Amino acid sequence: MSLLVEARGVTKHFPLGRGKTVHAVDDVSLSIAAREIVGLVGESGSGKSTFGKALVGLHDKTAGEVYLEGERLPQRYTAADFRHYAQRMQMIFQDPYSSLNPRMTVGEIVGEGLRLGGGASDAQQRAAVADWLERVGLAAGYAGRYPHELSGGQRQRVGIARALILEPTFVVCDEPISALDVSVQAQIVRLLGELKESLGLTLLFIAHDLSMVRYVSDRMAVMYLGSLVELGGADDVYFRPMHPYTKTLVASNPEPDPRSERERATIPITGEIPSPINIRAGCRFATRCPEVMDICRTVTPELRTVAAGDERHVACHLFESGGLASPAPTALPTEVVDR
Amino acid sequence: MIVANDAPVLDVSDLCVEFDTHGGVVQAVRGVSFSVRPGKTLAIVGESGCGKSVSVQSIMGLTPMPPGRITRGAARLDGVDIVRQKIVNGEDVRGNRIGMIFQDPMSALNPTMRVGDQIAETLQVHRGMSKRDAFARAVEVLALVNIPDADARARQFPFAFSGGMLQRAMIAMAIACEPAVLIADEPTTALDVTIQAQLLELLEGLQRKNGMAIVLITHDLGVVARVADDVAVMYAGEIVESGTVDDVFYRAAHPYTLGLKAAMPSRETSKSVGLMPIEGAPPDLFRPPAGCGYAERCPHAMLVCGPHRPQRVEVDPGHHAMCWLHHEDAPRGTDAVYRGGRA
Ligand SMILES: Nc1ncnc2c1ncn2[C@@H]1O[C@H](COP(=O)(O)OP(=O)(O)O)[C@@H](O)[C@H]1O
Ligand SMILES: Nc1ncnc2c1ncn2[C@@H]1O[C@H](COP(=O)(O)OP(=O)(O)O)[C@@H](O)[C@H]1O
Ligand code: SF4
Ligand SMILES: [Mg+2]
Ligand SMILES: [Mg+2]
Repeated sequence: MSLLVEARGVTKHFPLGRGKTVHAVDDVSLSIAAREIVGLVGESGSGKSTFGKALVGLHDKTAGEVYLEGERLPQRYTAADFRHYAQRMQMIFQDPYSSLNPRMTVGEIVGEGLRLGGGASDAQQRAAVADWLERVGLAAGYAGRYPHELSGGQRQRVGIARALILEPTFVVCDEPISALDVSVQAQIVRLLGELKESLGLTLLFIAHDLSMVRYVSDRMAVMYLGSLVELGGADDVYFRPMHPYTKTLVASNPEPDPRSERERATIPITGEIPSPINIRAGCRFATRCPEVMDICRTVTPELRTVAAGDERHVACHLFESGGLASPAPTALPTEVVDR
Repeated sequence: MIVANDAPVLDVSDLCVEFDTHGGVVQAVRGVSFSVRPGKTLAIVGESGCGKSVSVQSIMGLTPMPPGRITRGAARLDGVDIVRQKIVNGEDVRGNRIGMIFQDPMSALNPTMRVGDQIAETLQVHRGMSKRDAFARAVEVLALVNIPDADARARQFPFAFSGGMLQRAMIAMAIACEPAVLIADEPTTALDVTIQAQLLELLEGLQRKNGMAIVLITHDLGVVARVADDVAVMYAGEIVESGTVDDVFYRAAHPYTLGLKAAMPSRETSKSVGLMPIEGAPPDLFRPPAGCGYAERCPHAMLVCGPHRPQRVEVDPGHHAMCWLHHEDAPRGTDAVYRGGRA
């Protein structure tokens, strides 16, 4: 499998002034193979959208690099960069209500990328728009309508057509189904799957619905408070979570099966995700972790390979000893210098 | 501890609600019946726009009238209809005997008032408590919903609370008067699964303690499976299937219930099996279909389904479905639809 997208140490901080900085994404490395779907989960505020936007250039990177097919992408995009890379990378947004310009017709929205890119005649643009509206399951007649005249599912189809009309290779889907009803979610997921096959797309699929991410993705990445805490095969991560945070997420995720829900021993995690402002050294999950040890509060655990075959990566001191799922010895130094 | 008995505490029958709009009359709720027993949780599940909120808001007197109108039906709280009378035995039952919580906590809380004062106020109004006693009780209730440092928190304004704490404060407000019924309209929809799990656990704990009945509105079958005793599945303004949670999940007797289940991933769903979307969209409630509301999308639809409204059939004791497949003359072709233990 060839690598399509590679993020190395991607970091995005938002300075708030007065010495405060939001650590939205810190040192995230992730490689995505061609035609792979990587799911990205985590509570809101964990940095999923910021990471996705940094990948496609919608955010400047504070540090780190992104490579697309081996080519290093700009740290900060110019208008020309956007036009250039829009042909290869696109993003689909969560909220089909706010991400579509209400004053543009569906046809104008879908055709915008072609228009900005130049090179296609009006007639070619119209034909391409009509073709794409059909492909996403909207009749070509929708070209003259406005976003407010459409249902949520129809708007998301417009968002998909707009992103895919330039036939990009890599698409970040940021919560593309979260605002939709269950029956419509399945319609959109099926559509994305079909388009992925026919176009050979590579996707980063961001969502907070773990069951859906497991179903959709080849691999699953879990973020917490700006860091990547676990990465592995989607079924593996879901059915055999290793990081205590992933365990809590999976245990909190209700499944549509009353019998298994009755048997489930829930470990509802206490507290809420802390503020990502001026984060200090140590595991970011230490304040809520049911398995916290002394070392966790002072030493930042690195994402390590914990299973053979390079398949599973976990950032947790419980797994420091190279693949053994045994807790680290308690005799570790407790006084570690804080940065 | 209060032992659950079988007499429903809230019994809604044949509720019909419509709205006058520019486009005509929307028949939002078309003959809805459900009931909930003390200490039990009824989940009402269905897609957006199917009438879940309007059903419960009209019971709570929260539907704007006009443009809204309750054209038929009753909601009996301990046997007394509260749809047409707000005051029962000299008491305003809403906010007192029935509490309600919402998706957005700020729709229930006043941003300009200290949290403890707001809760105390409902106690003063409904329970005639003194200001002092009411405030002390408000602190107790905040502690009951696991707000740390409740005494200090009670003296703060809502903006000082985190999202999860606001949600708890709203619950505290709704349960302060120890209602017999708590209606929860998508209380966890905007929350992360971790916070959702905390809240559902909290509601279950409160229910175990005080025996209140809960009507939980949600579109998430996972949440239903986790907390519900009984389930009512709504579609296009009607309840198309109802029964115990096991009836509805393991013996689904309505094609829409089956469609919903097949459209969402479970532990067993694999990439090779795949999700089955329900194609199409719910009908326009300006012109509700004469027959079955689901006929246009139903893979089992027969000639009779379009023009004729199906009866509500009891497939097993307490398990009802509104579908022509349960008519005695219906063909026995599909085994996906549960037909009852008697047949
Ligand atoms: N433009 C911004 N300025 C300041 N903080 C931001 C900005 N965008 C995002 N953040 C913060 O960065 C963190 C991560 O946000 P986000 O990437 O949206 O998370 P997620 O998508 O996982 O919910 C949050 O704490 C958020 O408030
Ligand atoms: N105030 C109102 N005026 C007109 N129509 C309304 C009003 N409130 C709700 N409706 C309509 O009633 C139907 C049911 O809405 P609702 O009960 O909110 O659905 P749900 O809660 O199941 O998503 C919808 O078609 C909605 O547009
Ligand atoms: S009544 Fe007919 S259309 Fe409606 S759910 Fe039953 S089979 Fe389908
Ligand atoms: Mg986001
Ligand atoms: Mg609603």
